[in-house]
Amino acid sequence: MNQAGLQLEQAPPISVPFRFFLVAPVFLLLAAIALLWRGPTVFEARLSPAIIAVTHLFALGFMAMVMIGAMIQMLPVLQGSPVPKPRTTAALTFAGVGLGTLAFAAGFLFGERWLIRAGVVALSAGFLVFVAAVLVCLARAPSQNHTVRAMWLAVLSLLVTVLFGAMLASLFGWGIAPANNAAHGLHPGWSLLGWTGLLVIGVGFELVPMLQMTPLYPKSVARYLSAAIFVLLVLWSAALWVHDGGWGSVAVACAVAMAEAYALFAVVTLVLQHRRRRRLPDVTLEFWRVGMGSLIGASLIWGARVAWPGAWGIWPESADILIGVLAMFGFAGFVISGMLYKIMPFLAWFHLQSMCAPGKLAPNMKKILPDKNQRLQFRSQVVALALLCAAALWPALFVYAAALTLAAAAVLLEINMLIVVRAYRDHLRKVSEARPVSPS
Amino acid sequence: MTGIGDYMIHHHKKCDEVFARAEEAAGEADWPRAQTEFEAFTHQMDRHFDMEENLLFPEFEKKTGHAGGPTQVMRMEHDQMRVVMHEMRAALEAKDAEQYLGLSETFLVLMQQHNFKEEGILYNMIDEVLGDQVEKLVGLLESTA
Repeated sequence: MNQAGLQLEQAPPISVPFRFFLVAPVFLLLAAIALLWRGPTVFEARLSPAIIAVTHLFALGFMAMVMIGAMIQMLPVLQGSPVPKPRTTAALTFAGVGLGTLAFAAGFLFGERWLIRAGVVALSAGFLVFVAAVLVCLARAPSQNHTVRAMWLAVLSLLVTVLFGAMLASLFGWGIAPANNAAHGLHPGWSLLGWTGLLVIGVGFELVPMLQMTPLYPKSVARYLSAAIFVLLVLWSAALWVHDGGWGSVAVACAVAMAEAYALFAVVTLVLQHRRRRRLPDVTLEFWRVGMGSLIGASLIWGARVAWPGAWGIWPESADILIGVLAMFGFAGFVISGMLYKIMPFLAWFHLQSMCAPGKLAPNMKKILPDKNQRLQFRSQVVALALLCAAALWPALFVYAAALTLAAAAVLLEINMLIVVRAYRDHLRKVSEARPVSPS
Repeated sequence: MTGIGDYMIHHHKKCDEVFARAEEAAGEADWPRAQTEFEAFTHQMDRHFDMEENLLFPEFEKKTGHAGGPTQVMRMEHDQMRVVMHEMRAALEAKDAEQYLGLSETFLVLMQQHNFKEEGILYNMIDEVLGDQVEKLVGLLESTA
């Protein structure tokens, strides 16, 4: 029997997850700056270089950075299985994804093919290191509960996303057309419906009931939803591949079923949260509510878009961009910010507490990061979401206001994280002064 | 028949419930009620720690032959929770809602990640190792109520 599962030293050093969290809002700010610079052209076509740059600054620099940092931190706690060589894995992944994203986005914004190529190589290397490390960790997990299974599916989806991404990148970086036109739909599909969505579902099954004291998710939902979505994703991909990217009836049916599955997850989550035992105001709860509302919106519009492709008149591109805004920023971006406000203050507290003298207490989570700071940033992010949705439909009218509020939300998020870091450092100094021992 | 793990998981839920009641009362600054609910909460927590530290963990360690490892980490986390509960009591006595809620938020995350490790890993080990004494041990656990 694996008894190594509960060792405290499995938790990685605080600098490992924090570097991912601290750099994420910087990429969010860069996405806002790129949006401001390129203005309405970003939202005018689904595959313009500017929109590729902006979406990847967000999806890689913000979303993936936080998701990777959180996974490296949470795997030992949730699965009792640490990521192998956490410092090296984290350093290689961080450098690969961070530098790769910068080069990749700059390549598209400045039209420099060599930068796109360099970015793709660095990104692929960074992600492969991460995927390999997590797969080893999951294979060693002492219990294969449904969160572990959801993580398996999420990480395998990340691998598929990277492969399709590399296929598309060969078009933009090397001028080699992808082997199959389905890659254009399958890359974002596996990224959002697989890697992002399945990770949120897997983590949500555990964390929503724990943190808000809601009833548990119904057993059938917890047991089958992730696997069902994964199977549909595979079928959908096969159907698109066979028709070289064309939408046959099987692809439509699979897509509508996936949209329904995600809408179901969002509705169940909202109902459970409504029935929560813990009634106190909670910013993370507000973030989740907007996230789930956006997920419902994105699912409904996507389902309708694929079921009735001819019915969109003047707005076919706008509908796709709106789906992207709702799924990436409204759903993933809000769940991510909400989780950061629980993870960062708790980690700071937990590491400080482990250094305190017996019977002494580190400052509590709300002293480390007050509610009012979180609330202000939440509001700025809500305004940014509303304006980005408006900009998807009327780019010329709303894009600058959207970019500016997005920048404000990013800056406030970074400030809040730096408040946590400063509280950690201040208290660390006090602890080391009181007890002259090395804090490491 | 109820396993040891099931019994302990059920008791975690009871601890969650009394925790939430005390927090709710403190949030409304209803101090007499908060005091009563807090006593119920600490009573259940102490009982839970007692069941583990004085019965299940020693039995588990006897069978597996080592006192370090997972049970040791769980004991350390119990101590951390005791320190936070001690401060929560001080905040309650000072009628300091802000301090109490900051502490209870911290306590909740600490307790839930601890419970998760017990429910996901340790209780499975305990059920496996002590499976032959379920009846006796669950009886003893119930007698502490």
